[in-house]
Amino acid sequence: MFLSSLIIAPLITCVIILFCRGLKQVRIISLAGAIVQMILAFIFLIQYWKERSSGNTSAMLFESDHTWFAALNIHYHIGIDGISLAMILLTAFVVIAGVLVSWTMEKLSKEFFFLLLFLSVGAYGFFISLDLFTLFFFLEVAVIPKFLLIGIWGSGKKEYSAMKLALMLMGGSALVFVGLAGLYFNTANGNGAHTFDLLQIAQMHIPANVQKIFFPFAFVGFGIFTALFPFHTWVPDGHSSAPTAASMFLAGISMKLGGYGCLRVATFLMPDAAHAYAPVIILLATIAIIYGAFATMMQTDLKYINAYSSVSHCGFVLLGIGMLTRTSINGAVLQMVSHGLMTALFFAAIGMIYSRTHTRLVAQLGGLLKVTPFISTVFVIAGLCSLGLPGLSGFVAEMTVFMGSWQNPDKLYRLATILACASIVVTAVYILRAAGKTVMGPLSNAYDKLTDATWNEKIAAGLLIVAIVIIGVAPFLLYDLVKPGTELIMNKILILK
Amino acid sequence: MNYSIIALIPLLPLATFILLGLFGRKYFQTSGGIIATVALLASAIISLYVTYHYFFIDGKVNGTYRHITALNYTWLEFSPGISIDMGILIDPISMMMIVVVTFISLMVHIFSLGYMKGEDRFSTYFAFLSLFTFSMLGLVLSTNIFQLYIFWELVGLSSFLLIGYYFYKPSAVAASKKAFIVTRFADLGFLIGILMLGFHAQTLDISTLIQNLTNHQSPQFIGITTASFLGVSLLTWGLSLVFIGGAGKSAMFPLHIWLPDAMEGPTPVSALIHAATMVVAGVYLIARLFPVYALSAPQVLEIIMSVGAVSALIAAIIACTQTDIKRVLAYSTMSQIGYMMLALGVSKYGGEDGLGYIGSMFHLFTHAFFKSLLFLGAGAVIHFIHSNEMKDMGGLRKLMPLTHITFLIACLAIAGIPPFAGFFSKEEILLAAFRANKFIYGIALFTAGLTSFYMFRLYFSIFWNKPSTENKTGHHGEGTWSMKIPLVVLAVCSLLAGLVPFANYITSDGAVLNATNNIMFSIVPVAVSLGGILLSAYLYKKENDKPVRAAALFGTFYKAAHKKFYIDEMYLFVTQRILFNLIARPAAWVDKNIVDGFMNLTATTTGKVSESIKAMQSGRLQSYAIYFFGGVIAMAALFIYWWK
Repeated sequence: MFLSSLIIAPLITCVIILFCRGLKQVRIISLAGAIVQMILAFIFLIQYWKERSSGNTSAMLFESDHTWFAALNIHYHIGIDGISLAMILLTAFVVIAGVLVSWTMEKLSKEFFFLLLFLSVGAYGFFISLDLFTLFFFLEVAVIPKFLLIGIWGSGKKEYSAMKLALMLMGGSALVFVGLAGLYFNTANGNGAHTFDLLQIAQMHIPANVQKIFFPFAFVGFGIFTALFPFHTWVPDGHSSAPTAASMFLAGISMKLGGYGCLRVATFLMPDAAHAYAPVIILLATIAIIYGAFATMMQTDLKYINAYSSVSHCGFVLLGIGMLTRTSINGAVLQMVSHGLMTALFFAAIGMIYSRTHTRLVAQLGGLLKVTPFISTVFVIAGLCSLGLPGLSGFVAEMTVFMGSWQNPDKLYRLATILACASIVVTAVYILRAAGKTVMGPLSNAYDKLTDATWNEKIAAGLLIVAIVIIGVAPFLLYDLVKPGTELIMNKILILK
Repeated sequence: MNYSIIALIPLLPLATFILLGLFGRKYFQTSGGIIATVALLASAIISLYVTYHYFFIDGKVNGTYRHITALNYTWLEFSPGISIDMGILIDPISMMMIVVVTFISLMVHIFSLGYMKGEDRFSTYFAFLSLFTFSMLGLVLSTNIFQLYIFWELVGLSSFLLIGYYFYKPSAVAASKKAFIVTRFADLGFLIGILMLGFHAQTLDISTLIQNLTNHQSPQFIGITTASFLGVSLLTWGLSLVFIGGAGKSAMFPLHIWLPDAMEGPTPVSALIHAATMVVAGVYLIARLFPVYALSAPQVLEIIMSVGAVSALIAAIIACTQTDIKRVLAYSTMSQIGYMMLALGVSKYGGEDGLGYIGSMFHLFTHAFFKSLLFLGAGAVIHFIHSNEMKDMGGLRKLMPLTHITFLIACLAIAGIPPFAGFFSKEEILLAAFRANKFIYGIALFTAGLTSFYMFRLYFSIFWNKPSTENKTGHHGEGTWSMKIPLVVLAVCSLLAGLVPFANYITSDGAVLNATNNIMFSIVPVAVSLGGILLSAYLYKKENDKPVRAAALFGTFYKAAHKKFYIDEMYLFVTQRILFNLIARPAAWVDKNIVDGFMNLTATTTGKVSESIKAMQSGRLQSYAIYFFGGVIAMAALFIYWWK
């Protein structure tokens, strides 16, 4: 299978966009490109099942390997397993929904769609890379467009937010690079050459003391992307200043780059250090979960509410990774996918509300269910997914994290698990406060002429909801997909015990 | 027979929910009600058929009802042995529950056809009712404790949606939020309980879990009893936490505060969810795990007994002072569920000792009929009067003769007057309490007296009190046929449900028991109940100032009871003052000023430092020359200094 098509397809779309004229052409091409991505993702899913059911148990499928820069032994080495495939599917869903909600983006539409799709190049490249250098390269590709998307099309204090986001993510990248370089220079194989190859490094044994030096760099670096406390402060400002589609990409895809990196690079390649630093990770994750949830309660702007709740929800990802049990790692991956879909849906709903009412302040909204039933229902479904209602993806992910965390018999870790469980009550409080004020309650006269969702908004929300419901109702589909991938990681970790 | 046909019972309402939820507003705005009702009628018929088959044809083996797992699918496998399964468990209590749920739900559907007619979101209402019915059926049929939790949350959701049905009313929004959040808080206990029990029992399957934890030699039992936290074994912790979940759903003190507010929902919803079915889920949960409680952790049963008794008493006292008829009924529900909990608490496992268990399930069964009848009757009154307040009512017996008679039957049933249904079930509970604990028996007996007092206070205030206005205008108060039929059917059930020889079908260990009614024992409770009725007749039958004087007699105590013992205010204090002001507000402040402040400080410091040294990069050759020579001289000086 030609895995590079995942990168090439959006690149071609980007190039075609450059030759388009006017919003109408641009958006058609963008949508076509997004659909192609979706089709590709599903083709890979089908092929993946075929390979696996025909007994192919190799760690990575559809691998291809080309030397990129021989002097430093940098390769363009790609391949996917269930975890990457889950992330690719997530990306495809969020991209198509993001394009659809930006359907009427008048301002500099060509540049806007170009950047959106360029961002997806970075995301796909990141998820399929098996060479640490290429992986880093695509991580950077995914950062720059965000700066421009927020700085140009954003709202509020957008320059500040864009700068803050870019600086903090760049800082994260710098840390990641130190971690990766540290790994590279400690991978002396037989003939003395170093390697960036992820699978080769996984076969080696990096000395524990070296791991302990470089693990924090890699983990914190990736952690900044996924709102690791206390480096999460770019999240609220960045999300709330970004235009709708950029918020969706940022929370739905970009924050997942971090979680994926923490798992695939930091934990997988440095298992000794992952054990050693587990208490710190769990502590920070628990703080993020509880503190993020309480901080959300005090927010008055819908986007800030969702942004802070993302801090809390991404804490579950880190908690699952920190607990280092099979189930908890599965839970972390499930939570990444679930949170990506849910938060994209949430931002889409907020964007739809904002574009009609021109406010995101909870206090100024009310009773929207009466005039915009579709949008309000979407908002409520996103909220219910966020508070972990069974039947939607959030429940499955959170429960898997909780079950997995409880399997770690350490008493303090169990206390952390209980605190994490307790956050679902706080989540219910802030979600219902927001929903109760926004879509329920008396309708303000200013809004009695609002129109409900347009066809493109309906499709965007519908796609995300379908994905959320499928995971919520039939979680085994996703679970079976990611399980071989997490087995690979866990086998390496559990050997140490 | 092949019991997998049972799957249809919950799936039919699910199909209705999906159909009406997606297309209701567009295509089924008026026909939605009929569609949902017909689907539920089919469910009810199937469940009656299956239940008949189970109890009378092939459920019994050697005098004991067996547990059958009709279906079981692995839904999510965490690790080998520990998985969430979706399945159908057949045993006496689940069979009884599906009959109760489908039957009451059917009655409520039929009643709603008339009651909700002309509502803006008519089909949405039926979609939510169907969702509730589906979830409740899934809950009672669960084979797996996590499956039970999933449906437990889903009934909470449908309760939330239906309480908030009138979403434009701020009070309804507040009530729906309160109901969801309070029960969610309790569910946290349930969840952690599941984590503990599931981890140590090494299974989430209910039957296996009960087996592992009641066998005192099994490694799982030894593991969970030797592990302890704060000196209490994890088994006790786990079961107590599960009970917290049950107490939240069943509105037990002090987690009951959401139930009276939940009356903001449409009245038929209160009849179904907040009287007959969902609120007894907590009782059902304890009954489901009863062998574990009774055989392995009897100390938790004592907690359950006390909580049940306190709830029954407090709710009955508050009910005597409320003036909103639905709130009186809500407190009455809480009080009766307290009775059921108390009965479970005094019960032991097996044979004659399990009388409390039988009484609890029996009362759950009969209560469903007469309490839903009371709510539907109240709904008919509210439909006519357009008010919930007692002071707006009175003298309605001539205007609403059918409602009057059926309401009276329900009142007699709940008061425990023979031969109405409540008498039989209440007698069993009282007898079980009498045998186990005289003090608890005293509380239960006193509560029984209060119950008949406040129920007849309600009855007289609605139907007597003021002079009855004759039906002069031809305008009469009864609703449509669809509102009358359920009243009549439920009245018949409230009359006859007590005659079911319950101990023949449902016992704590499944073995058939031939219990005998003890006539002599019944004399005292019936006399107490009659006393309550007479007292309320004396006070409320005619309009007068006796009630005011009676209230004055109790002074502050009356006022405290009227204000529901200020429990809501205490909660408000804890949530507003402590959670919001002491935790959430500081967290948000710290995040903005300290954590983010530090990040910004790093950035501005970097900026300032570079600002202050950027002048050095001036581009002027002279300056660079000075720096250069200055540097050379300094280095030379250092070099000479060291070299010496």
